[in-house]
Amino acid sequence: MGAFLVQEWWIVLMFLASLAPLLHRLATGGLVASLRTLDRRWIFLLMFWAVAFPIYYVGVTGKTLPEVPGLLAQSTFDEIERLAPGDPVLLAFDYEPSSAGELTPMATAFVRHAAEKRLRMYFVALWPLGAQMIDDVIERVLTPDFPQLQYGRDFVNLGYKSGQEAVIKVIVTNLRELYTTDVRGTAVQNIPMMEGIASVQQMKLIIDVSAGTPGTKEWVQYAVTPYPSLRIVAGVTGVSAPLYYPYIPRQLHGLLGAIKGAAEYEQLVLTRYGGENPNPKYTEGLRRMGPQLVAHLLIIGLIVVANILYFTDPSRARR
Amino acid sequence: MIAGMKRETLIWTIVMVLGAAGLLGRAFFSEQGMGREYVRAVPVANGQWTQYDGATYTDYLRAEQAQPGQTVVQLSLPRTVGLWLAAFFTLAVFSFLWGDNPFYRIAEHVFVGVSAAYWMVVAFWDVIVPNLIGKIWPGVVQAWALPGLAGPEAERNLVYVVPLVLGLMLLWRLMPAGGWIARWPLAVVVGTTAGLRLIGFLQGDFLAQIRNTILPLVVFTGGAFDFWGSVSNTIIVVGVLCCLTYFFFSFEHKGIVGGVAHVGIWMLMITFGAAFGYTVMGRIALLGARLEFLLDNWLWLIDPTGRRVVATMLFGLIG
Repeated sequence: MGAFLVQEWWIVLMFLASLAPLLHRLATGGLVASLRTLDRRWIFLLMFWAVAFPIYYVGVTGKTLPEVPGLLAQSTFDEIERLAPGDPVLLAFDYEPSSAGELTPMATAFVRHAAEKRLRMYFVALWPLGAQMIDDVIERVLTPDFPQLQYGRDFVNLGYKSGQEAVIKVIVTNLRELYTTDVRGTAVQNIPMMEGIASVQQMKLIIDVSAGTPGTKEWVQYAVTPYPSLRIVAGVTGVSAPLYYPYIPRQLHGLLGAIKGAAEYEQLVLTRYGGENPNPKYTEGLRRMGPQLVAHLLIIGLIVVANILYFTDPSRARR
Repeated sequence: MIAGMKRETLIWTIVMVLGAAGLLGRAFFSEQGMGREYVRAVPVANGQWTQYDGATYTDYLRAEQAQPGQTVVQLSLPRTVGLWLAAFFTLAVFSFLWGDNPFYRIAEHVFVGVSAAYWMVVAFWDVIVPNLIGKIWPGVVQAWALPGLAGPEAERNLVYVVPLVLGLMLLWRLMPAGGWIARWPLAVVVGTTAGLRLIGFLQGDFLAQIRNTILPLVVFTGGAFDFWGSVSNTIIVVGVLCCLTYFFFSFEHKGIVGGVAHVGIWMLMITFGAAFGYTVMGRIALLGARLEFLLDNWLWLIDPTGRRVVATMLFGLIG
């Protein structure tokens, strides 16, 4: 770290210069008095540095924090790992760029894992931009790293359909009622891997990457609960993750919550398939854990300081 | 002039001038520059068309080293403009942290307009064309938009005249008179949605969650007493009962009922805390993703995905 700070002296200088007015105020105006009237924009600036500096550090050095997978990430990994080559899996990308920062690492790891297992991948989306998210992950993962996998034989992008949970309700019994073509306009009957696939019930596993509604909750309600033979694992945003815990383990068989879940799952996939020098695109979640650590320490520190200031405020008793 | 400026205007001006100077310096006076996108020209359909796949700066330098003046890997002006627009809008949205300003408003309005248009276009091509027009007039859709549409999915299905008529009735509210006509399809939408959700919640949440809470308080795993499994199940059962008691208002919350309800409040508070923690993690992940975009894709200050790793070495060879 010391050598890094010396080498990247300019960022240290920017950090100190940006906080110089705050430090000056704390030194001259009294620590407690200044903190009681602190402008919220100083908090924003501190948060910026708490996230930007680790990103810069990880970006320059390539170092990431060690990650120990938890039970939920392990069960998610095991659900995919137990499948046999050629098994059909449905990958539902129910998210958009607004939550890509959290969910893209999961989507990348899911697709890479499924490709390593040689599973047949059927991509669908319940969000309008989900189809673009699918194209993006195909372009980043399948096209460069798995050139032996062919579109239409090993994976297919069936695209987006509007209707939210009604789409699930229909395709769980009749996939072709709504999906008459793929995103390229090819009739499903002309897609080799669609032969014999009539409904979602034939999928060995549903892998849902979900940012909200419609998403994991709807897949659980309208696919897995009425048809208990179906199994589902999900990667979800931090905001929505607590909503899905009641479904574990009977209705939801694996859950990756926020970037922490993504990092744990990435670690599992890397350990099993990564090799000694993994491609950095498969460590996106792991890279983001550095900023998480520093930002969380800052937030904990701010909560502690704010509570001390609140409980020691002499005017509190008068109020 | 500076003396007459308001403090905030002065700060904004200084930040803008310093930022612009930094960008110009980075773009024109640094070794690699910044913020450029490259593409690889790939001939398709026997050379009739050219497809442009994404390429990296390293790819460009390698191609130039192999054959100076080549045009296979080239700078993409549209993608570069898109990159700079993305960076501008990211900064414009971030600027709201300082306060409301014209840049933020521009970003907000562009986002709303583009999103609405995008959703409309996607819904038209992914739903109305294949799932409505394609069902009623398959021949028209085949000839006009989806030549690949074929097979049993392309057969005429006159049942879809019903949603067409309902859709037209819904649009009737735009007419100056007869707005009541739009209420009929609206009633169909409300009724079907309510019915669908009622069944989904009854099956997936109400009944299934009762089943998920019927758990053994003493757990044996492999014939041996499982202490932590027993603790986990006990917390779930006790927690659910306490929370239900809190929401049970037929008795006054006094005595035993009050005590149990109080435990329920604590359970709820812990749940809210966990949800808040997850939300913080999610938001930091999103901030991290945007900052990584700015530092990596735009400013070229870091290279976590290795897209310009070789570039520094090759730059010396060429330049």
